[in-house]
Amino acid sequence: MPDHTAVRPLGLSFDRVSHGYDIGKTVLPVLEDVTLDIQPGEFVALLGPSGCGKSTLLRLAAGLEVPVRGRVSGDGTPITAPGPDRILVFQDATLFPWRTVRGNVEAGPEARGELAAKRARVDEALALVGLETFGEAFPHQLSGGMAQRAAIARALVNDPRLLLLDEPLGKLDSLTRLNLQKDLVRLWQARGFTAILVTHDVEEALLLADRVILFSPRPARIVQEVRVDSPHPRRRDDPALIAMRSALLANLGVLEDV
Amino acid sequence: MTEAIDFRQAGLSAANPFRPWREGIFAALAWGATAVVTWGLPDVIQWGATGLFAILSGLVALVFLALAFLVPLRGWQGGTLTHYGPWFIALGLWLLGWEIVTAKLGWLPKPFFSPPQGLLHVYVTDWDRLLICVAYTARLWGLGFFLGIAVGFVAGVGLGWSKRFAYWGMPLLKLIGPVPASAWIPCAFFIFPSTFHASVFLVALASGIPVAILTASGISQVNRAYYDVARTLGASARWQVRNVAIPAALPNVFVGLFMGLYYSFAVLVVAEMLGAKFGLGWYLQFNTAYSAYANVYAALVVMALICAGLVRALFVVRDRVLGWQKGIL
Repeated sequence: MPDHTAVRPLGLSFDRVSHGYDIGKTVLPVLEDVTLDIQPGEFVALLGPSGCGKSTLLRLAAGLEVPVRGRVSGDGTPITAPGPDRILVFQDATLFPWRTVRGNVEAGPEARGELAAKRARVDEALALVGLETFGEAFPHQLSGGMAQRAAIARALVNDPRLLLLDEPLGKLDSLTRLNLQKDLVRLWQARGFTAILVTHDVEEALLLADRVILFSPRPARIVQEVRVDSPHPRRRDDPALIAMRSALLANLGVLEDV
Repeated sequence: MTEAIDFRQAGLSAANPFRPWREGIFAALAWGATAVVTWGLPDVIQWGATGLFAILSGLVALVFLALAFLVPLRGWQGGTLTHYGPWFIALGLWLLGWEIVTAKLGWLPKPFFSPPQGLLHVYVTDWDRLLICVAYTARLWGLGFFLGIAVGFVAGVGLGWSKRFAYWGMPLLKLIGPVPASAWIPCAFFIFPSTFHASVFLVALASGIPVAILTASGISQVNRAYYDVARTLGASARWQVRNVAIPAALPNVFVGLFMGLYYSFAVLVVAEMLGAKFGLGWYLQFNTAYSAYANVYAALVVMALICAGLVRALFVVRDRVLGWQKGIL
């Protein structure tokens, strides 16, 4: 259901990107020579062992960090600083606890001085994630799933052209998770933004993404790419998905019978 | 909530026809005994307001007696009044004992211990001077405290936020911070043009330093992820300071404010004892010199009430400002 809020999605490219963190005496290499092109409007899932550097890739795309080597660009322009067209949603909702849910959603427009023009959009974003009656609640009053919904609303109100999802469902219970997975697909289809999802969950990656990219342990290199063509809504018991799941798990070093 | 209480009250009175507030009766008895003893027994020496004190405690006793019957009628059980019932009794007994060992038996050494009517006498006869002293103290405290916390807060934000500011400021703060503000007294009195300026400086120093230290540490402890969120939302550094760093550090700032408040009281009295012409500290000093201990106690009571009131007020402000913390702590 494309609507008037659809955005012009961002095309993203990582061109031979290497990155590392200074840990005292040495530099810990995190990404090694990663080249990856993401089409505008594509939903890409990044899969790989814990701590392999997938989150770093998102931070680079968000512009929170600049790579040591190589280039990250959005629609051909190098990304060197954060901006509201590329928004990151973290594993913890990281809502500002001193602001109400509405205050959190308003944070982006307010910070850019656009709040007066965007009040209606704030209500819309709250409704989009089903939190219209929780606007005046404080974050500590929300469940984990609701907090994550609020965080997604806080991102969406800025009409991001690229939504970076850093294991946003990682800490939720399985039922909430299933619901939010459906919601993410729905929002992505409605808004048309480009989405990159970091996850540990092979099934989640296959259910949501157009393309699943598998990384090696740190320093992360791309090991495998899987294109998922099944139309949404996808079923978990789709034989094609099950076959892909087995192949990906084997590549992650997990035995078939898990 | 009131409905629930009324309902319970209705149930109670159906079982027992009428039951007065027991602690109210005991409080009335204790205060009444104080009144009778004060009025009936002779004083060892003349204290001044003996009659007035007897009348006042008698009146309080009557009020408690009336309340003892009003409480069940109005369904006030479980309210603030009945919560403090045991305290009202204890207060009455304390006054009774105090009255007996000072005014009636003279067991406690005379110039140093004053009976309750001695203090009452001070309030009745010296109220104007006390009031002026309270005003002077309030002016000194208000100027010093608010100046101190304002400067301390701004400095703390700078120290917590800016690396360069912290590089130069933190060592200075760590050096000056632990020195008790009263140690600055000798210098302060010749650096500043008047003793009043010096006193304001001392109070400001005492209250500002803990605020600066705790604000700085609060701001440097803010979860980095909040800044990441703000930056991706397109927030300027200024917006991040005002809307992320400061609100996130406010719980710490309030710890600093409480510490500053206590330190300010401590240094306030000392500052007023030196070269001041009015003020509660001066009043204490002056009356101690004349062995007017009843005046000293009277001023102490006033001071205790003011300080406790200010602490209470800060708690109210904190609960309002940090309402979002409920459930986190």
